[in-house]
Amino acid sequence: MTEEIIIAGFGGQGVLSMGQILCYGGVIENKEVSWMPSYGPEMRGGTANCTAIISDTKISSPILTKFDTVIALNQPSLDKFENAVKPGGLLIYEASTILKPPTRTDIEIVPVEAAIEASKMKNAKVLNMIMLGALLKKKPVISIESAIEGLKNVLPERYHDLISLNKHALEKGMELAEKVGVPA
Amino acid sequence: MNEKRMTEEQHFEEMIAEESICIADNLVFEKPETLLDTPMHYCPGCGHGVAHRLIAEAIDELGIQDKTIGVAPVGCSVLAYQYLNIDMSEAAHGRASAVATGIKRVLPDKYVFSYQGDGDLAAIGTGETLHTCNRGENILIIFINNGIYGMTGGQMAPTTLPGMKSTTTPFGRDVKIMGNPLKITEMIAQLPGVYYCTRVAVNSPVNVRKAKKAILNGFKYQDHKKGLSFVEIVSNCPSNWKMNPVESNKWMEENMFPFYTLGDMKVPNLNLPSESKGE
Amino acid sequence: MNKELKLMKGNEALAEAAIRVGCDAYFGYPITPQSEILEYLTREAYERTGMVVLQAESEIASINMIYGAAGAGKKVMTSSSSPGISLMQEGISYIACAELPCVLVNVVRGGPGLGTIQPSQGDYFQTVKGGGHGDYKLIVLAPSTVQEMVDHVKLGFELAFKWRNPVMILTDGALGQMMEKVELFPQIRRTTEVPEWATVGKPKTRERNIITTLHIEADKMQEINLHLQKKYKEIEQEEILYEASGCDDAEFVLVAFGLVARICQKTALLAREKGIKVGVFRPITLFPYPFNELNKLADRAKGFLTVEMNAGQMVEDVRLAVNGKIPVEFLGRMGGVVPTPEEILQTIEEKFVGELV
Repeated sequence: MTEEIIIAGFGGQGVLSMGQILCYGGVIENKEVSWMPSYGPEMRGGTANCTAIISDTKISSPILTKFDTVIALNQPSLDKFENAVKPGGLLIYEASTILKPPTRTDIEIVPVEAAIEASKMKNAKVLNMIMLGALLKKKPVISIESAIEGLKNVLPERYHDLISLNKHALEKGMELAEKVGVPA
Repeated sequence: MNEKRMTEEQHFEEMIAEESICIADNLVFEKPETLLDTPMHYCPGCGHGVAHRLIAEAIDELGIQDKTIGVAPVGCSVLAYQYLNIDMSEAAHGRASAVATGIKRVLPDKYVFSYQGDGDLAAIGTGETLHTCNRGENILIIFINNGIYGMTGGQMAPTTLPGMKSTTTPFGRDVKIMGNPLKITEMIAQLPGVYYCTRVAVNSPVNVRKAKKAILNGFKYQDHKKGLSFVEIVSNCPSNWKMNPVESNKWMEENMFPFYTLGDMKVPNLNLPSESKGE
Repeated sequence: MNKELKLMKGNEALAEAAIRVGCDAYFGYPITPQSEILEYLTREAYERTGMVVLQAESEIASINMIYGAAGAGKKVMTSSSSPGISLMQEGISYIACAELPCVLVNVVRGGPGLGTIQPSQGDYFQTVKGGGHGDYKLIVLAPSTVQEMVDHVKLGFELAFKWRNPVMILTDGALGQMMEKVELFPQIRRTTEVPEWATVGKPKTRERNIITTLHIEADKMQEINLHLQKKYKEIEQEEILYEASGCDDAEFVLVAFGLVARICQKTALLAREKGIKVGVFRPITLFPYPFNELNKLADRAKGFLTVEMNAGQMVEDVRLAVNGKIPVEFLGRMGGVVPTPEEILQTIEEKFVGELV
């Protein structure tokens, strides 16, 4: 199994940490992992993104143009990466702010209203965990337990009281993803 | 042939006769152990030789030959390591104080000094000099200021006096074009990292004694671990000043000393209780 | 014993390896994309091993502090990125001539000039062919994974002390910034052994140690040069490292170092899916360079494609190695642009496959 994922959104949406949580989880399960941030001018404009690769075998290129899964947290990211999904791949996007939904028919598309759910949970920062939950429902590349362990590594210790809230967000994301998306 | 042998035997007897007065009690002058018996390449009358000897005497008196590491610069004293019987490192032009920092940081209980000329310390190496002093490295910097580039043949130095001729200021240093001479020692003295800062000379017995004291202090103060010691030695350059040694000393006294005033700029107050506690 | 596995950024993994290898001192100056090395060491090193970590006022000061501390026989390291490494070149030449062991790290960014903070391999010539003045060689290691960023620090110090020669780890901004799983080696105690040549203070029992690169008489300086060249020949005999994957049956071989070699691995997978037999040859040591191995490989393959993040630097060595036996083509991306697996495959198809069909 090799899963090549790109996560893209605005800076501050937890894009980079989401990829790191996945990779930490992968390390815990003794998988091969690779996390590559985009940095430079891209970070200041529309999208921040990171590539996360989780594999049972040695990972070759961390630089990719086509992905098994794209997770887009805003319109510019969706516009930019919709065509980067491999045929038959998965596209998960944050749906509550999207005016122009994806149009491809050869991939599985999962809209998740994570921003609305996050505001219901009274913490905008859990948006990325809701999206991560949706991913893990569709593609269980790591277990929920490993994702939580991963979160403990990424979250500074002073925020560890928020772990249960994040776990709840993860479950919420799984629940939302279950309801939508029929494979193309 | 027989005659010649006789002559040699006579000569040998004369030498024995001479040796009889060469006993320890009669000695008034001897070579420091740390000074090697290598003929120096310095020009006649140059201050470097005296400065080297003072370093050797200071190391001998403190008994730290086995704990001292020196750093030589690029300039006339680039070969300083040929004359001192201690471990030494030759540095790139201007970088002696950074090299000395590297050594002292990994060998904090050893005595480390750099020996640098005015071009090395106050032109190409100004950045390293300033920051080494500002960090308060526990080393001794000995700065030989003769107002000229000696080794490369008498070009203008940062410390060349206004109006002073050199091969690159053939009509005398015009401060409107070349700027003013840099009193780097006065600058250095302002820095909190500098523990001891003084300007001396080696042109007379009195000054030589003062210079020796300053160098001794520079080594001893490293035990205090309270900052850097900086000793400027105002010196001469008979060859590039185009003078004989006596003239060059006189010129130095009349022209260099008024501009580069001798004396202490910063001395540790060893009587303060906080100072006397030591490490 | 349990393996110690961690997810780490390349730069931080390299810094952690420096602590664990028992490094005595690090001197450095901040520059993107490698400042995490200095930051990590200032945070972690002194408390754990007593290692000296000093932020110098410039790269020039850093490399000269390295010269001093290496001369004192200690395990010392510095790191920087391209413009900073350019500033260090004078000092590196001195260190190589004085035969002082140390590990230098260049996390290369796109140039020339101030350039970009994005990854590049534009410093191959500078690192492998000289950089500073005079005839000298650095032993050059080119990691391609975060794991190798760790392993090469350990290997680097072993080689540096074995040969009394500076070792350069030539990596890039992407490897410095990316995170991967690493297996860390256990902490090695800092040694108190003093090499016989080190300037640590002269006891009565030995002659003084002098570290100098000045030998005014031409004959003496030639002697020093001949000694260095002899050493470099021995290094070429003993220390070549490379990785050849899928080369046994390959019709076409991609030759690349560092991160680019991994991108080429992906290309090879894509190519084989299409029925094109592609292998990847990755020099791990850039000096000494695997000339003979590449030459032998040229007997079997139909063509080489060298891929680099520069305008074509290592390709000159590949061509020297192949010596006209088969075509050696080149694909380069510059200024921080990273080649993609797909465009490399496309180049193979354009340069080789199209012609042969």
